[in-house]
Amino acid sequence: MQENNIKFLEDTFKKYYFDHFDLIRVPNRTSEREFGFQKFNSGMTRHISIKDDKELHLLLMKNTPSDVYCSNACYSFPNLPMNEKDWKEADLIFDIDAKDLNLECRKDHTISKCNECNEISTNVNNCSKCNSIKLEKKSLPCKNCINSSKNEVSKLSNILIEDFGVQQNDIHVYFSGNEGFHVYVYNSQFQQLGSKERSELTDYIMFHGAIPETFGMKKIKPNRSTFPDFDEKGWRGRFSKEVYGAKSKRSKIITELIVNGYSSFQKTLDNLSDKIGAKIDPNVTMDIHRIFRLPGSLNSKSGLTKVFCTDLTKFDPYIEASFLNEKLVEVIANCPIRFNLKNTKFGPYFNEKVSIPTFAAAYMICKKLATIS
Amino acid sequence: MLELGADEYAKYPFMADAGQYLKDKGFPLVKFGTDPDLKPSVEKAFHRLKVSTEGGIYKSELIDGQASKSYILEIEVFSFLLAIVLIKLTGMHTLTKRFALAEARRAEQHLERDLGKASDKSKVDLAIKIIHDLFGIEVIKRDDFFEIPVADYLKHSVSFHEREWKLINRYVKDGKVLLTPEKTVRLIRKELGTYIGSKIINAPTPPMIPGFENMVNELISICKKLTPSYTMTTGEYPPCIKHAIEVLEKGENLPHSGRFMLAAFLLSKGQSVEEIAPLFKNAPDYNQRITLYQLNHLAGTSGSGTQYSCPSCEKLKTQNLCFAIPECDNIINPIQFGKKRI
Ligand code: SF4
Ligand SMILES: [Zn+2]
Ligand SMILES: [Zn+2]
Repeated sequence: MQENNIKFLEDTFKKYYFDHFDLIRVPNRTSEREFGFQKFNSGMTRHISIKDDKELHLLLMKNTPSDVYCSNACYSFPNLPMNEKDWKEADLIFDIDAKDLNLECRKDHTISKCNECNEISTNVNNCSKCNSIKLEKKSLPCKNCINSSKNEVSKLSNILIEDFGVQQNDIHVYFSGNEGFHVYVYNSQFQQLGSKERSELTDYIMFHGAIPETFGMKKIKPNRSTFPDFDEKGWRGRFSKEVYGAKSKRSKIITELIVNGYSSFQKTLDNLSDKIGAKIDPNVTMDIHRIFRLPGSLNSKSGLTKVFCTDLTKFDPYIEASFLNEKLVEVIANCPIRFNLKNTKFGPYFNEKVSIPTFAAAYMICKKLATIS
Repeated sequence: MLELGADEYAKYPFMADAGQYLKDKGFPLVKFGTDPDLKPSVEKAFHRLKVSTEGGIYKSELIDGQASKSYILEIEVFSFLLAIVLIKLTGMHTLTKRFALAEARRAEQHLERDLGKASDKSKVDLAIKIIHDLFGIEVIKRDDFFEIPVADYLKHSVSFHEREWKLINRYVKDGKVLLTPEKTVRLIRKELGTYIGSKIINAPTPPMIPGFENMVNELISICKKLTPSYTMTTGEYPPCIKHAIEVLEKGENLPHSGRFMLAAFLLSKGQSVEEIAPLFKNAPDYNQRITLYQLNHLAGTSGSGTQYSCPSCEKLKTQNLCFAIPECDNIINPIQFGKKRI
């Protein structure tokens, strides 16, 4: 990124951390966590330990990071190299990202920037100017993306509460600051589980690996009475609702399932993952040594805040996660798609000089769709 | 520890502290070598061990977990404790392993039966308490099922490969997994064996007891005939690995997953990073520094410090890296290839 863009973002981010430090959620057991940060145009600094709020504040002021991270794990020695940290336990975390949902709308709001000639276009396969296929893609997620992600979050919460006995108020949902949500689970029985066990949890949540027997179907002489009932708890109940549709159709559908046979039943199950499984990124949940974007910090991919969602249904990231100031700045914008921030419409801009509020300028500069003029 | 009745000791003799138990009963070890009245216990111990070396479980004289005569009870408990003494005297590790396994299986049968006893609450409670005290698992009986916290279930079941043990194929509700008595006990089978094994390993080795010499010698010779169950490496690499090496040798591109498999496989066979690195030389995108870095990372000598293990056959199948041949039957990971089960 160019010097003047970096300077602008650094100043803006610094001001944010000065004005909005209260948004930052210092995790409990702060001194047992590993912190890390990145600066604009440079690598990651991690294995940092911090005593409390004050030290964190100092770190943010001194370094003006582009991104700040904190571990979900607690260690005896968070500042030592990985294998000497002495892992104790880790909060259970889930990542739901609109880009993993394969939504139809995605192509409508994806912009590609050519790595060869810098041309910006809405053509996602090859550069419309030089035909290069080395494209960097930027997405400006739409309402549908956000709503679909929210839907996955509620599927997940539902499973966590009903099947895993997690308390509703131990589930904290954050907007990631870019295209999705991070779901944190505190005080659960899962704190001490290792990666392999967590990976089993993700398979469960995603509805992966189910076998016909679990849903009453046997290879030989299947028995109607072992098929799930409409009102059962857990996956058998969710299966019923999806596959039978309505209570009245149960009997007819069971007959069909039995007639179609075992391997067809297995296929049905495999296809169900996509529909009823919650679409989480399993690698994130499995990783018990990862550092995650700190709640309340800015995401340098968007200039938006990773913000706590008090009411997920009403939550609108383009209003509630935009905290940068409104001071006008002049930028050269090259953003062929219109976007909405803080109830204001911006764009489309075609390589033009515009004077817009800082929060909108930062959004585009972070997405590499504008530069300070 | 638990307060156990005599019948319970007969069913779960590993719950007793061997030396202490005999002492409390007033039987010094040496007496077992000479006293004809105590001979049946010693013979039983020997028999118990021998059966375990053959992979069997000896037939106890308990009827439905109960001893009809008090001397039967004594023989049951004593023979277990004496078997440990005999094992210690032979110093054979195979014997420890086989005996622990056989005894675990035996205890499993009792636990399963006790857990399933709808009528006798005290038996159920005892079984539950044993599971709790030994393995720290909180089991709750609910109708015909046992509820186990999901986290505990996962800790014990992750090493099982059958798909029916995947959490998704269990009845899960309110943070608990529901299991039948049989499955509950199966869940801790390995730990039960480990527990009994560790009891034996930690027991002190007494000086040779006069009268035991013949039995000890016979057991040693039995053990020497038993080769460990996995031996005879043919030295052949499995087809998936051979294929990966061929691809690299031809200078063709092997996907990242294939390189990962190959490196993890060879590392687990004891090859060093330096030995493995040249294999990747022909790869179209070879870069010595990066290769070494990645290999060290895999080997756990840098980065997170965890050594990565070779992916399972199932995983490799999904990555199109598997080229199974008949010799691949019954193995779940390429590193098992070529080891014959005897
Ligand atoms: S079955 Fe396993 S060992 Fe055999 S080729 Fe496939 S992956 Fe390799
Ligand atoms: Zn171009
Ligand atoms: Zn969209």
